[in-house]
Amino acid sequence: MISLNVNGRHYDLDVPDEMPLLWALRDVAGLTGTKYGCGAGLCGACTVHVDGRPQRSCVMPVAAARGKTIATIEGLSPDRSHALQKAWIAEQVPQCGYCQSGQLMAAAALLARNANPSDDEIDAAMTNVCICGTYDGIRAAIHRAAVPTRKP
Amino acid sequence: MSAALSRSDFVKWTASFAGSFVLLAGRDGVLTPAKAQAAADFSPNAWLRIHPDDTISVFINRSEMGQGVMTGLPTLVAEELDVPLARMTVEVASPAPQYLYPGQREMSTGGSVSLRSSWKPLRQAGANARAMLVQAAAQRWSVDPVSLTTRDGKVVHAASNRSATYGSLAAAAAKLPLPSDVALKVPEQFALIGKRGTQRLDVPSKVDGSAHYGIDVKVPGMRYAAIARCPVFGGTVKRFDANQAKAIKGVLDAVQISRGVAVIADNTWAAFRGRDALVVEWDEGPRAGNESAAMFAEAERLARDPSRSTATTKRGDVSSLSGRSLDAIYYGPFLAHATLEPMNATAYVRDDSCEIWAPTQAQSRAQAAAMRITGLPAEKIVIHTTMLGGGFGRRLQSDYIEEAVELSKAIKAPVKVTWSRADDLQHDFYRPMIVDVMRGVLDAGGRIAGLSCAAYGDSGSEVADATYQIPNLLVTTVAADHGVPTGAWRAPNANWTAFVMESFLDELAHAAGQDPVAFRLAHLLPDSAAAACLKLAAQRANWGTARAGISQGVALGFWNGSTCATVADVALNGSMPKVRRVTAAVAVGIAVNPEIVVAQTRSGVNYGLSAALRSKITLKNGRVEQANFDTYPVMRIAEAPAIDVAIVPSDASPTGIGELGVPAIAPAVSNAIFAATGKRIRRLPFSDAQDA
Ligand code: FES
Ligand code: FES
Repeated sequence: MISLNVNGRHYDLDVPDEMPLLWALRDVAGLTGTKYGCGAGLCGACTVHVDGRPQRSCVMPVAAARGKTIATIEGLSPDRSHALQKAWIAEQVPQCGYCQSGQLMAAAALLARNANPSDDEIDAAMTNVCICGTYDGIRAAIHRAAVPTRKP
Repeated sequence: MSAALSRSDFVKWTASFAGSFVLLAGRDGVLTPAKAQAAADFSPNAWLRIHPDDTISVFINRSEMGQGVMTGLPTLVAEELDVPLARMTVEVASPAPQYLYPGQREMSTGGSVSLRSSWKPLRQAGANARAMLVQAAAQRWSVDPVSLTTRDGKVVHAASNRSATYGSLAAAAAKLPLPSDVALKVPEQFALIGKRGTQRLDVPSKVDGSAHYGIDVKVPGMRYAAIARCPVFGGTVKRFDANQAKAIKGVLDAVQISRGVAVIADNTWAAFRGRDALVVEWDEGPRAGNESAAMFAEAERLARDPSRSTATTKRGDVSSLSGRSLDAIYYGPFLAHATLEPMNATAYVRDDSCEIWAPTQAQSRAQAAAMRITGLPAEKIVIHTTMLGGGFGRRLQSDYIEEAVELSKAIKAPVKVTWSRADDLQHDFYRPMIVDVMRGVLDAGGRIAGLSCAAYGDSGSEVADATYQIPNLLVTTVAADHGVPTGAWRAPNANWTAFVMESFLDELAHAAGQDPVAFRLAHLLPDSAAAACLKLAAQRANWGTARAGISQGVALGFWNGSTCATVADVALNGSMPKVRRVTAAVAVGIAVNPEIVVAQTRSGVNYGLSAALRSKITLKNGRVEQANFDTYPVMRIAEAPAIDVAIVPSDASPTGIGELGVPAIAPAVSNAIFAATGKRIRRLPFSDAQDA
């Protein structure tokens, strides 16, 4: 039995230690917003936050998440009110939508450490795959949600 | 009404039907059933249902895979019905006769025809319903229907300052006869169609994780499965040993089905691990020697052998032409679709019914396959179409659904089959590998006198597109016989033909000493959509005035009645292109939702560019060599260009946009590379030229 703290809730999951966090979340905890795209840390569809940092959950054994604070797309806000969710809606970013949970979680982690990223910083941080090619929209939405740094 | 089905039949049919499924499902992942057909509902046709609480259900016969049908199709209904789009919930219907438009043979989503085919029937469905609601209000108030107007989901009698919501009129409207000859709005009356600012109905569920894809399906008692398939196409199972697989915690059983050996487990990860632990001995069949280099050599030999090929287009006589001639051979690889949601399907076969939950573009095909496997009649096979995490033509196949149906039948339980990324890349129906042998002849004035294309596989068919005015044309093809499954890949044929044709036109333009835009215009009818797009794109891209370090390339793309001119602004990083900016001008008839037209154009450009940069499927010992995004690289944000999209204004009926951006981007980039370096790329992907 593994105890996890996900989106502020406590879960007791009867899963083997080595099961990737992704599948524990999706199949056992029922949190299907986090997606499977490659299973090898290559696409970012499974991105969640572990202690506030972006983590590709397909390559993290569930046991390694014990005692840590996990956030998934379902916990980004209760009502789509996170600045990035609003920006994503304003820019109408998603197409098929399958990558977007991961994109939003990666972007949220980026903005948490860099309130106003440049294009180059976005390029470096946002390595998630979008097969539908919503990249223009993702870039615009991150800028929209960013807090402009005030010049002194 | 689409089919010869009366309304009472329809109501009976829907009432007996446990099928419909709300795609905008709740975030707990539980499937919410459609609002049951209630006595007070107003269902004037198969496409909409107005409920007494003023909500409206719209049923569509196309799948949402990002291209926007869940917004675009209800927009057509909402326009004529005069209701806000946001009041509608949208469901994809399970295949049944009343969900086919006149002349439509099967329910599927492909060819960029969703909006075009719905343009009349769905507007008519809305207009008829509106007429009946107006009639119901006229009777209630004893006034002349012509004195009534509609807006915001209400019938209004201005003279007496009365209004009634559609929901309040639903029961009365349901008793009226179906009208005929109800006039549709003319474009000047459109309030939604062609207007900016419409919010997509599927977007909210795609920013909070609640959108429900096939891979998210969970039904009570469901098992999870992964399947070992023969690594060589066409191979079969000789024998297998599942002892090690069954020792894995969570693995329940292993079962042979026609496509391989399935491992049944109580979660996806255990199924994957169990599948990896299977020991299977395969009869690999006759294709175990397939190897890419040899396949290309054989394809070229066949394409060059006139005794093997047949002419698909012949105009004039290319062989008799004298003048300056140019010869070139173009090579294209197999490509995977690489939808980010891998193939998956869930099925539950019972003695007297079969339910399927799947991200599918091909409901009728899946239903027919399930009929064959289960022996059940069509009306006993319900298809719940989930959201699709990308389609691009891959989900026009039913292979992945058939596996789930066969397996559920065998184990007598609901089962979800999930493909790993390797399964998905190695068992696709690929964009065909292609070899095109080209020859062009210029006349003394520098115009194309004749063109020939000897093609291996499907690739030549659209070189013959009549868009360019070329007096002598010969296209021959020889059928491919490599045993590798192939299928529709976003903008089938055109996705390759444009690369050959538009690169070769560029070669001819340079040989003739002409500007590539001017050269194309000289071969187009002046009032054609192609000429309009080309001029618009050239103007917006400041064609001919490229900045330092940037070169430009241009190409045209055609897809099923739509046209796109593309200019690529390219810098070079070694010999790899870095595409800075793309300008696309599209002609798609009226742009029902201009933002979706822009988004889909960008999507197509990026999809085509991603494939052209680094993607290829190769074979060795009959096996696909690529297994994940490390060996099958796709484009990420750092490489994605800024894309400017211009729409040629039009009031004509809409054509399609879901695939249009794909064809022209690879040749536009390649032509820009030539402009910078004088090096002509005739083999994709671009990363191969880098190796060479
Ligand atoms: S599924 Fe985890 S990175 Fe792709
Ligand atoms: S929106 Fe489809 S993969 Fe990103």
